[in-house]
Amino acid sequence: MALSESSLDPKQAIFDTVLGSGLGFSHVIKRGETFRIVDLEGNQAVDTLFYDAANPTERYSAVDTIRSQGGIYLSSGSPLISTEGRVMLRITADTCGRHDTLGGACAAESNQVRYAIDKKYMHSCRDNFLLEIQERRPQLSLRDLTANINFFMNVPVSPEGELHFDDGISAPGRYVEMRAESDVIVLISNCPQLNNPCNGYNPTPVRLLVWSA
Amino acid sequence: MTEVTQEWLVDEPLRGGQMWSRVLKRGQVLRITDVEGGGSVAALLFNADRPLERYNMPDTLKAQHIARITKGNALYSDMGRVLCSVIEDTCGWHDTITGLESSAASTAKYGSGDYQALRNDWHRNSRDNLLVELSKYGLGKRDLGPNLNLFVKVAVDAEGKLSWVPNHSKPGAFIELRSEMNTLVVLSNTPHPLDPAATYRAKPARLAVRLAGPVASDDLVRVSCHENERGFALTEAYFL
Repeated sequence: MALSESSLDPKQAIFDTVLGSGLGFSHVIKRGETFRIVDLEGNQAVDTLFYDAANPTERYSAVDTIRSQGGIYLSSGSPLISTEGRVMLRITADTCGRHDTLGGACAAESNQVRYAIDKKYMHSCRDNFLLEIQERRPQLSLRDLTANINFFMNVPVSPEGELHFDDGISAPGRYVEMRAESDVIVLISNCPQLNNPCNGYNPTPVRLLVWSA
Repeated sequence: MTEVTQEWLVDEPLRGGQMWSRVLKRGQVLRITDVEGGGSVAALLFNADRPLERYNMPDTLKAQHIARITKGNALYSDMGRVLCSVIEDTCGWHDTITGLESSAASTAKYGSGDYQALRNDWHRNSRDNLLVELSKYGLGKRDLGPNLNLFVKVAVDAEGKLSWVPNHSKPGAFIELRSEMNTLVVLSNTPHPLDPAATYRAKPARLAVRLAGPVASDDLVRVSCHENERGFALTEAYFL
């Protein structure tokens, strides 16, 4: 895993906020701007989707990204490919080393399957996505939710085709940074999952920053 | 013991390059056969009664801790229900993480292969085919999510790198999907985007539909993991 740091100074950021666990978020990142997600306390999954700001029918595509780079993990240099085959953003710095795009987002309904029928009441990333787009991105709906990125999450695949949810490889202060190649909407759920190790069984806040082009 | 009828209600060819769709009713089985081997059939699944509910690749993989599809696996919707079960599979590995061939990629690889020159042997691609077929149900680009690539194996190594596995599916290999809901099945029989063949080759497939018996309490797919037992219970509850 190749780690790479950024020279950008948080004091120069044009946007800087802390997002508590279990919250949704969306923001327009303009072409040329750089977006950073900081895992403040470590082992926090950040479920993330991207949409073209002008035409949100075009969106992040996990399978096109995986095929395009010939590998399942995201890290420095990974292009984030859209459903139209374009590079939406490119990862430019990464001090974690590996991010998932196969594990998807937790949902009330899939929690019932994965953990227990009576877990339906628990908070989930899909509910965060849905409230965020209802309130702030009316051009999007459930139809537009697709397989997302899980920044800071470690989901290895074995040669036999098994999928594992391993303990996180992130740590306090680790970050991932990406530059937008066109205007995009970023949609985030700071994951509230308490049933598996993706958040170290203790969901925590993340910091989100944007630098101008 | 429940007797399973083997009478085929539908038995038809799916030519190379062809797309197809059908509502596979709850309790029906679709057998898809790779007639010559080396085939690639892209598939999408929807709840036919409410197509907003559809096949969800990540939910399918994480519920069963798998990164490929084979016999004993359930194909989950985003609503925690089982759209289809894989009750038979003589191929052993079907891909669901590498997506579709686009028109631009197909042209770059094989040349234009247009209708003007080739008539109905023109080089169709899976993305265009699925978009056309989806349109017939009022669906479109927003509904085109991660798909299944039947008869395709793309291996993942320890570093996460992909490799296309040649000669994976043998002549006559088949997979059987038992519908646990009323499932809209949309197919495109077209080359996979990672197929390294320099020339366009879409292989013939065959489609056959029969009735399944009732799902037994010890059904292979149902009891393959606790997650599937809950998935089946939630699916049955939906039909009460």
